[in-house]
Amino acid sequence: MARYGMVIDTTKCVGCMDCVVACQAENDVPVGYARDWITTTVRGEFPKLTMEIRTERCNHCENPPCVTCCPTGASHVNDLGLVKVKANRCIGCKACIASCPYGARYVHPKGYVDKCTFCDHRIRDGKDPACVSVCPTRCMYFGDLDDPRSTVAQLLRSRKWHVLLPEAGTRPRVFYLT
Amino acid sequence: MLEVTTTRHNPGIDPSLHVWGWEIPLYLFVGGMVAGMMIFAGWAMLRTARGDDTRSFFSLQMPLLAFMLLNIGMLALLLDLSHPLYVWAVYITFQPASPMSWGSWVLLAVYGILLVSALVRLPESWPWLGSRVPGLQKASAYFTGSPGRMRWLGYLNIAFGIAVGIYTGILLNTMVARPLWNTAVLPLLFLVSGMSAAAAAMHLASRVFPGRPAPRSLVGGLLAAMTQPLGPQPPEKSTVNTLIRADVALLAVELVLIALLLLSLVTSNLSQIEAAKLLLAGKYGIVFWVGVIAVGIVVPIVLQALELTHRIPHTVVPAVLVLVGGFALRWVLVNAGQASEIVSTAARF
Amino acid sequence: MERLSRRKFLQISAATFGAGAVATPMAPLTRAAAPGGAVRTVPTYCEMCFWRCGGVAHVRDGRLWKFEGNPLDPQSRGRLCPRGTGAIGAHYDPDRLQKPLLRKGERGKEQWATVSWDEAFGFIADRMKKIKAEYGAESIAMFNHGVGVRFLQHVLRSYGAINFAGPSFAQCRGPRDVGFMLTMGTDLGSPEPTDIENTDCLVLIGSHLGENMHNLQVQEFANAVERRIPIIVVDPRYSVAASKAKHWLPIKPGTDLALLLAWMNLLVSEGLYDREFVAKYGHGFDRFAAAIRPYTPDWAAQQTGIDAQTIRATAREFAIRHPHSLIHPGRRVNWNGDDAQRSRAIALLNALLGNWGRRGGIYINHHVELAAFPLPKYPKSDRPKADNPNYERYPFAHEAVTTGIRETTLTGKPYPIKAWWVYSTDLIHALPNEAETLKAIDQLDLLVVVDTMPSEIAGYADVVLPEDMFLERYDELLAGWGRQGWVALRQPVVAAPHDQKPAWWMAKQLAEKLGIPEAMPFKHIEEYLAWRCEKSNIDFAKLKAEGVILGPKEPIYVDDGAEIEFGTPSGKVEFWSEQLEKAGFDPVPKYTPPERAPEGYFPLITGRAPVHTFSRTQSNPYLASLMPENEVWVNAATADRLGLKTGEVVKLRNQDGVVGQPVKVKVTQRIRPDTVYMVYGFGHTNKMRRHAYLKGASVAQLTTRYKTDPLMGGTSLHSNFVTFVKGA
Repeated sequence: MARYGMVIDTTKCVGCMDCVVACQAENDVPVGYARDWITTTVRGEFPKLTMEIRTERCNHCENPPCVTCCPTGASHVNDLGLVKVKANRCIGCKACIASCPYGARYVHPKGYVDKCTFCDHRIRDGKDPACVSVCPTRCMYFGDLDDPRSTVAQLLRSRKWHVLLPEAGTRPRVFYLT
Repeated sequence: MLEVTTTRHNPGIDPSLHVWGWEIPLYLFVGGMVAGMMIFAGWAMLRTARGDDTRSFFSLQMPLLAFMLLNIGMLALLLDLSHPLYVWAVYITFQPASPMSWGSWVLLAVYGILLVSALVRLPESWPWLGSRVPGLQKASAYFTGSPGRMRWLGYLNIAFGIAVGIYTGILLNTMVARPLWNTAVLPLLFLVSGMSAAAAAMHLASRVFPGRPAPRSLVGGLLAAMTQPLGPQPPEKSTVNTLIRADVALLAVELVLIALLLLSLVTSNLSQIEAAKLLLAGKYGIVFWVGVIAVGIVVPIVLQALELTHRIPHTVVPAVLVLVGGFALRWVLVNAGQASEIVSTAARF
Repeated sequence: MERLSRRKFLQISAATFGAGAVATPMAPLTRAAAPGGAVRTVPTYCEMCFWRCGGVAHVRDGRLWKFEGNPLDPQSRGRLCPRGTGAIGAHYDPDRLQKPLLRKGERGKEQWATVSWDEAFGFIADRMKKIKAEYGAESIAMFNHGVGVRFLQHVLRSYGAINFAGPSFAQCRGPRDVGFMLTMGTDLGSPEPTDIENTDCLVLIGSHLGENMHNLQVQEFANAVERRIPIIVVDPRYSVAASKAKHWLPIKPGTDLALLLAWMNLLVSEGLYDREFVAKYGHGFDRFAAAIRPYTPDWAAQQTGIDAQTIRATAREFAIRHPHSLIHPGRRVNWNGDDAQRSRAIALLNALLGNWGRRGGIYINHHVELAAFPLPKYPKSDRPKADNPNYERYPFAHEAVTTGIRETTLTGKPYPIKAWWVYSTDLIHALPNEAETLKAIDQLDLLVVVDTMPSEIAGYADVVLPEDMFLERYDELLAGWGRQGWVALRQPVVAAPHDQKPAWWMAKQLAEKLGIPEAMPFKHIEEYLAWRCEKSNIDFAKLKAEGVILGPKEPIYVDDGAEIEFGTPSGKVEFWSEQLEKAGFDPVPKYTPPERAPEGYFPLITGRAPVHTFSRTQSNPYLASLMPENEVWVNAATADRLGLKTGEVVKLRNQDGVVGQPVKVKVTQRIRPDTVYMVYGFGHTNKMRRHAYLKGASVAQLTTRYKTDPLMGGTSLHSNFVTFVKGA
């Protein structure tokens, strides 16, 4: 089975938020809520500055604390290895929201907990997630981390990368190239 | 210098996490009290099984009161849910990795145990009901007549009391994302704090109905059943003193556990050091130092010590302060805990 | 300077919109997600900005779902920018104009009656006839910015109007076009043929690609970043582009020309320019070289605040890579009032690099010529154009000057302008010094505003005509310019939700009412489009199905056989410009230091955000939720000194005493200590724009002072200084 992951080249990301809008359109995310977002980190003092721009979302961790804490099994790992929420089993206790170190989840206006799904409906259709497909700088890559010929695997072999909050022990599957 | 900006402003998540309000601290407080009451009740049941006359023990009255309090707690939990129509989904599965799943089933069992435990003295302590439901006498005698069964009921109360007392602490403790909670001392702290709140509640109850003739009415009888020791006589001084001493001891242990909590936080990694700062300073710091430490622990210890040495008269003040402090502890931990987050050392420097 | 102390706000009586008129806080736009609903796709091209990328709209269960890039389109290459992706928000925008409105009561009092289209055109035609009779058709002017104006403009021309202008010339790229026209004999057109994805060194002067979302250019920019070519960014602000640059030159605002001259000086003095190109195509090079001799890097260091070593190093960086280096010509270049000369300097620098028609430089672009539909000829007029009569005001303006029309409207010289048609441009935000615009409007007998959104200027109109947004209509064919030409079709995807109509239909009604129905000889625009395609050998059915049909592949580089020619008087690249000299201007650009800011004041500079287009998108639910307001950027040390904190609300007061709207402060290291910055297009005061109303602050409102470029009428946007008013 494929082990899906996302690789993002922060040197190319311009933080335009196209990925945010595309996700909202694709997944009918209510306006005012975001499944993905841009984080900008500026270091230094004028005029010696550096800036890292990242597009972030749920990391579909391999050790997901949001799945272990769920009392109903609504938050689960599905057949594609993605972390998803079954809305009709979610009671809205929000333990998963509190347990996510990345703040990736939110309470949908309808009451259940929601988040990025890596667009698994598109993956099953042979497409990339909406954010990856729209990105005008083509800084986002998606694929099977375990396939050595995949772009994501090749990038991780050849470029310097980091993940977010590795100290949390979550083993995230979104990788940032620097 | 570091400038970090984000485009995310999800309600309840940004700028800092706030998905649990007053409902969860209320449940935690009530749940802790219920846990403590079950432990004391269980202990009293064991004494009863041994043959001691425990009719004056307040703790035997506690199961019914605990039952009422638990309903308030469960209502608070229900109010907290954002998808409440699906609450049944908890009870069609068991998720062994989820402390909340454990807790949900434990609470179900606790309801049963509390109701059965209330039965033990119910016909005597609530004559209005006892006279109308003859089956209650038989049910009560089923337990009071058998030391073995009383002992088992006692063990169940103690075991499930401990379970209720610590599972919420475990639930919070397992969240690596919230460094303030991510310490091993939390479950123990919740248990001890719950027990001290239970002791204070029992003490308060003992002052509310200090041995007046048992009312025979519906409402009055129910209230008395929950709070009044059996028999019309006022409690013996020694019994009350025992309660006070127990409370002082529990408060002292609680203080030690809080100190250990802080110690472990400030000697841990950057995230936990920052989390400790949230508790010790700022808006939560005020509630912590004034509400939890001063009002909730130190002042009651001093007052009750003075009461025990007869420097000042007995009042309900210490008990009330302990209850305020108990709620304050839950409130400040739940809120400051949500505000605490993992500080990425990679992003910081 | 008279302050605009009474802002007139547009109000709509509840009767017009019914219950929906009550302003409600924006509830989350939750659309029912129909799992596996039937999806229909329709290709069209975007109008969220003026790049006009090809896209494909998806409709699910009859409702507009999403808008994605058309992989066939050479400009979007299958990926739209965030505005394009957010175009669905323009369809669902709750603040859209819905029905034709007729002013009742005084202009500016904003009392409206909803009328039928027939009534609206009856009123307009009536007024226009009166104006034509009394003042002549030339006194009817039109301002426009958008493809949809095509037939409205045509009908007005057929009626005898001759004054048409778009703000994109004098308020945007005009100075650049003129600078290049004077030097190379051609303006760069739109989009600029910048070969970023193949360049070996890219220089951006103020251009903030990444925040400015020129689609294909941002894609190519990312490609350039990935190839790790040296990028040099000259900007007082640490833009996103600056953060990816090898060299960021935090230049003092208004001094860019000094840097450019010093760069040219170094290239010439060190012989690092393309001698072959200069020898073959250069005119007046020696005189030019002599003229720029004083502009040494040391001299420029004094002017710009960039140290001389960096000036030299960066010059060599792009020079040694010639001809495959590119100094990006920029786009919205109207900064200081001498911008045509600064753009000419950029053109000259590119000429020294010899990159015209070369890989990585300015490539030779192509487009498809389409057959013109036979339309009746326009009546001849013997009057001069009002904006620039006989080119006396602005000798080198080769397009019409919006502010020129405004000036004529104000003075009545050479003849009165009595009517304004305003199509899809918000002149209150677009033109400098809104007091003049409002005063000009007072002179009019007729002001018609056609738009999709309630713009500021719509608030002053006599008639407001609601256009449907681009996903709901047909428009003229697009013949795109690029490495390869292409034809794109715009066709309706979903129906307009209210009584909005396409501009071509409006044109037909107008023609009828004006008594010139023959001006619009087709019943439906589809006839027109099909005819043009057929006569141009383009399969219309295929175009409808696929949205884009590519033109033939032709060479874009000289090395591959592309022809280059320079339409200048000398037929060569004019390093020395006699025509400028003759007209009394500097034949080689000369540097003038910018004005000093008054004590306690800061120059205010402005720019773009990737999710917004000018002042159009601030109530688009998707885009506005990502950036609901702008902020004023203040350097951290300066903020410290002034006691300003991030998130604090302040007001800005400019040198003329005009106080702007409340705006949040952003304390940052990313800007010079002596400069402040705000994104353009916010601070809407039209109350119909409920979701954008008073969000952020308007830069236009603070632009009361402006310099006019004497060469071509461009109006400067960076000529105002502001100070902080705390406790707003």
